[in-house]
Amino acid sequence: MTTTATQPAPPPAAGPPAAAAAPAARGRGRVALRRFAAGRNAVTSAAVLLLLFLLAFVGPYFTHWSHTDIDYSALREAPSADHWWGTNRIGQDVYAQVLHGLQKSLLIGLLTALTATVLASVVGACAGYFGGWTDRIMTFFIDLLLVFPAFLIIAIVSPRLRDSGWIVFVALLAVFGWMITARVVRSMTRSLREREFVRAAQLMGVHPLRIIVRHILPNVSSFLIVDATIAVGGAVMSETGLSYFGFGVQPPDVSLGTLIADGSDAALTYPWMFFFAAGLLVVFVLAVNFLGDGLRDALDPTSGHPRTRRRPRRNGHQPGPRRPPT
Amino acid sequence: MSTPARTDAALAVRGLRVDFDGPAGPVPAVRGVDLTLRRGEVLGLVGESGSGKSTVALAAMGLLPRTARVRGSVLAGGTEMLGAGEKALSRLRGRRVAMVFQDPLSALTPVHRVGDQIAEAVRAHQDVSRDHARRRAVELLDLVGIPDPGRRARAYPHEFSGGMRQRAVIAMAVANDPDVILADEPTTALDVTVQAQILDVLRTAQRETGAALLLVSHDLGVIAGMADRVAVMYAGRVVESAPAHELFAAPRMPYTIGLLGAVPRPDTDGRPLTPVPGSPPDLRLLTGGCPFAPRCPLADEACAADEPALAGPGEHVTACVKTPGPDPYPVPEPVPPARTGVPREDLPSVLRVQGLAKTFPVFKGAAFRRRVGSVYAVDGVDLDIRRGETLGLVGESGSGKSTALMEILRLARPEAGEIELLGRPVGGLTQREAHTLRGSVQIVFQDPMASLDPRMPAGEIIAEPLRAQGRGRAAVAGRVPELLELVGLEAGHADRFPHEFSGGQRQRIGIARALAVEPELLVLDEPVSALDVSVQAGVLNLLQRLKHELGLAYLFVSHDLAVVRHIADRVSVMYLGRTVESGPVGEVFARPRHPYTQALLSAVPVPDPSRERARERILLAGDPPSPVVRDEGCRFRGRCAVYAALGEADGSRCEGVRPAAREFGEGHVAACHFAEA
Repeated sequence: MTTTATQPAPPPAAGPPAAAAAPAARGRGRVALRRFAAGRNAVTSAAVLLLLFLLAFVGPYFTHWSHTDIDYSALREAPSADHWWGTNRIGQDVYAQVLHGLQKSLLIGLLTALTATVLASVVGACAGYFGGWTDRIMTFFIDLLLVFPAFLIIAIVSPRLRDSGWIVFVALLAVFGWMITARVVRSMTRSLREREFVRAAQLMGVHPLRIIVRHILPNVSSFLIVDATIAVGGAVMSETGLSYFGFGVQPPDVSLGTLIADGSDAALTYPWMFFFAAGLLVVFVLAVNFLGDGLRDALDPTSGHPRTRRRPRRNGHQPGPRRPPT
Repeated sequence: MSTPARTDAALAVRGLRVDFDGPAGPVPAVRGVDLTLRRGEVLGLVGESGSGKSTVALAAMGLLPRTARVRGSVLAGGTEMLGAGEKALSRLRGRRVAMVFQDPLSALTPVHRVGDQIAEAVRAHQDVSRDHARRRAVELLDLVGIPDPGRRARAYPHEFSGGMRQRAVIAMAVANDPDVILADEPTTALDVTVQAQILDVLRTAQRETGAALLLVSHDLGVIAGMADRVAVMYAGRVVESAPAHELFAAPRMPYTIGLLGAVPRPDTDGRPLTPVPGSPPDLRLLTGGCPFAPRCPLADEACAADEPALAGPGEHVTACVKTPGPDPYPVPEPVPPARTGVPREDLPSVLRVQGLAKTFPVFKGAAFRRRVGSVYAVDGVDLDIRRGETLGLVGESGSGKSTALMEILRLARPEAGEIELLGRPVGGLTQREAHTLRGSVQIVFQDPMASLDPRMPAGEIIAEPLRAQGRGRAAVAGRVPELLELVGLEAGHADRFPHEFSGGQRQRIGIARALAVEPELLVLDEPVSALDVSVQAGVLNLLQRLKHELGLAYLFVSHDLAVVRHIADRVSVMYLGRTVESGPVGEVFARPRHPYTQALLSAVPVPDPSRERARERILLAGDPPSPVVRDEGCRFRGRCAVYAALGEADGSRCEGVRPAAREFGEGHVAACHFAEA
């Protein structure tokens, strides 16, 4: 594998000769990557997401305002050369604020969704695959967390954790957001466990955890990805809701959620206070959704576009970072 | 077929074309079929999956879904079936044309009594009283051979066994004296002894009603035994049609020749199978030439130019421009027998199983589950496999074959009995030892689609057992292309996914995966029963070649006795969890000792009309008893002809004493008190 990775991509050979000189079997990761690169929506959304990150983390360096600076000479001012996206009602620069909020929301949204999905898939798959007491104990915890009033607990806990920053907030949101997904994964695993290819792996002596990683999770990945993309939007929304009630991100820190909440009553009179933040949130959630669709199609070999039709267009295309098969 | 539609034709199909709507335009299924079914005649329609044979039968009943576009004409006794309204069709269905489906469970409504369902069929077309219809239903059940029909008519479908359900469906089909009975794979879902019973019932039903029978089947043996005339379908068209005797004795179309050469026969051995290369074409992509040309050994430019029409002298017509000689297919080199002079006793043992037993608990109650009994799934199985040997394990569904396999492969101490793998008892293995031993026994499953992870490329599937045994990455990367070529695939196929292969190729991947870690014993669980005949032959030949090259031992589980006869060295017969007979395959097939083996062998259809009709059949009465009851004596005696003929004193031995294995010649044992020596 490593030897082929260092070679330049072989010139596209027509038909069978390619087979004869073909490198050793390409791993599943590489095949998925190639399929992902073939999807137009997927690549576009990945690029958009990358741009959003660039904007959020590099953008603030282009203006001399920071999100806490107050310009008393410009209250509720429309976009201008000095304040690119205008100012809010106390004279803060909207550009700096939105970008800072975008940083927070990007990180909170993606990290929460990722953590919750990983937690759900590990717990759900283990409960479903091992069955018996493992299943009973894990299901008990899932049910316990489901009946906990999440909002109340976050409300009680978060003031005490205010000093430890937003990462704790991510953990809190994730801990209360994975249970339903885990239950679905568990039931899907229970039916997958009876399939012959899983039984074949068991009889080959493959380690149970390896079976979960190599057979169970890829076969529930379509669901996990769709669920995770929805969870991204959900995390941003619940962060907004909690911040509104004063539990999440607190001033002077901002997030897209707090900015939208602040700007919503001025949406029609001073649109720049509202629409820059709202627009970026929409772009962000949409990009994540399209990325999820692309990932799902890339991981599901039976889906959509036949590879043969797409192949000629990708001649000479060098896939990005090569990942050894896991 | 060349004769024009005559008035005495019970069913006349003319120029039938069926297209199904697909996402990428219409998908043809039937491309111009002409069939004539005369009164009282049995026409066999043969073909592989996807050849359109079932679609023809469904079209004749007007049962195709709305997405199908049907053209042509289907005349049932002079009435046009195509384009007829739902009301008109309802009058014709059942009265003129009746159908027997493959799956008898879904053909009966589960919530109504069987008798009522047959009575409903009677009253649908005849103006008779409810009582009269009920009496008629009981008569019909009696006609199809259901014992105690009066009581059975009040039973629900789930209380019937598969064979009895199919009898009830046949009773329903003949309830209104139809002119034509369409039977679509009527015995495919059934065991071979039950199949023999059902074919017998179909014959009776056809004789009683004088109806014409269109028998659709993929099984050449069934067709040989039943049909007067045979039509062979390929790629949506009839490619050859002839009287049965002529077709089997002197086929003319290369496809028919290939099909007959590819099917293993229970009555001959050693004949190498000639697989038909390639796989059936995609009907959307036909170019206009003969659709069989890409697979045909005789094809040339003339074949690619034009699709040949059916032509020929008299009744025997073929759609082929060639006149093939006796053996157009290259005969694969016969694999020399593996055993070389060494007596069997001196060969190292690969697997030895003695008195294996496995029970499953039966629970009752929802809130307080309590054990109320046991299913004796496996109750005394003995197996013995030496190096380089193939043991065929045969038995009908429910005989405990799969349970026995899983017990062996679990590599843990069995509930009762002993299992020795490569001379080591599996009872006392540590986990590490068991893991190492897993490398020397591998399994190939029945359904290649289900046993390959759809999300993994072929290369990774094959690499999996290697990784499980802890081989390094370089070793794996080198071994995968080697394995792919070993099973007749290309090394470049490694990054394709399972759904991009055909059925036969998928099974080859399954075999490559099993061979990856160089096992000594390969367990093959019905490895070819999901494949078409022409593809199956290729896989069987591959297995034989691999065994010879690699010195493997096979445990070959199958319900298909012809396949076992072809591939096995020794055979072991199971009935209800017990081994009833085992021995060298030639010996057992030539001189079966156990009455069950005798019945089983006589039920296997032979693809040769003259032999199939001449030979004597032992029809087993009834169905296997419930495995929940543990029988002290012989489990077969309820259906045994020998037991039925015994006197009281001898009979009590069968009831009270479990028959032990008795030796009949070298290595040939049978567990019967009264088997003749």
